[in-house]
Amino acid sequence: MLGFGADLLWADMNRLLAFLFHQGVLDEQFLQLQQLQDEASPNFVSEVLNIYFHESEKLLTNLRGLLMERDYKKMGVHLNQFMGSSSSIGAKRVTNVCVAFRAATLQTNRAGCLRALEMLEHEYCYLKNKLHQLFQIEQQRALVAGVRYPVQNQNQ
Amino acid sequence: MAIAGSPSAAPQLHVLAVDDSLVDRKVIERLLKISSCKVTVVESGTRALQYLGLDGENDALGFDSVKVNLIMTDYSMPGMTGYELLKKIKQESSVFREIPVVIMSSENVLTRIDRCLEEGAEDFLLKPVKLADVRRLKDFIVKGKVKEGEKRSHKRIRSIDCSSPLSATCSPMSLPCDPSTSLLSPLSAKKARL
Repeated sequence: MLGFGADLLWADMNRLLAFLFHQGVLDEQFLQLQQLQDEASPNFVSEVLNIYFHESEKLLTNLRGLLMERDYKKMGVHLNQFMGSSSSIGAKRVTNVCVAFRAATLQTNRAGCLRALEMLEHEYCYLKNKLHQLFQIEQQRALVAGVRYPVQNQNQ
Repeated sequence: MAIAGSPSAAPQLHVLAVDDSLVDRKVIERLLKISSCKVTVVESGTRALQYLGLDGENDALGFDSVKVNLIMTDYSMPGMTGYELLKKIKQESSVFREIPVVIMSSENVLTRIDRCLEEGAEDFLLKPVKLADVRRLKDFIVKGKVKEGEKRSHKRIRSIDCSSPLSATCSPMSLPCDPSTSLLSPLSAKKARL
């Protein structure tokens, strides 16, 4: 009975993952991250993602401030960082928006930058929500399957 | 040479990874650990030089400092770029200059790649770095070590036969770096992909 519940949750998880891949939200780098998780490092993916969320939120706050100050050069530097970490975790859509955003900073196109920042915030929020959903399903599955699982710190 | 940590005869490589991004440091560390490498991760070129003992604080101790078989560095870093770190290492005395240095970058800029390779980088990896990249690098380095080991054992045999003074035939412990093979195999694979 418990095993059956775990299987359903497993299917839910895979469905969500497949959806995210199909939508281009995630790419194969995310799979690579999962491959790096094993008994020696059982929480690797969530640890990396928590670092990513923490850093990204700082970057987004800074970007908004820099845009107000019209500091396009510094924005470019922040975007390089954001691009790099996003591509490292397989966040394809976020990475692509960073690329477009960076192009707008090179053109010192303020309206373009504003639009790009909004899109970036939107894409990032979407990604974060979906990944949290994924974590939740996985935690439920582990509980149901009777596996002891460390509880994730709740991120805001 | 690095001491083997595993029961098999295969030596464990010690890799020094340099990246200013915390996310990337975590990922590269895991990539290397899962590939059975000993890993040291630092956040900047300056720290890397400090770790190697090349920061001018203790030059004389350079030879006795930590043994590193491979350096993997991000290209774009604040302060000292990966390229600048590469140059500094290649300007050093024989032991350090021979440590293979691999540059990692999320940007596929040919001029950047050429510049790094010209300066003596072993390879240029496009981020995000994958397990397959690490595996390929590791195989290449280990192969080089095996060749180096064979060369040295031949020297030793010759010296015993000729009964010449030992000091004449003892070469300083150098790390594998056959320029011809290094430029050819990983480079051609990389350029082909580009």
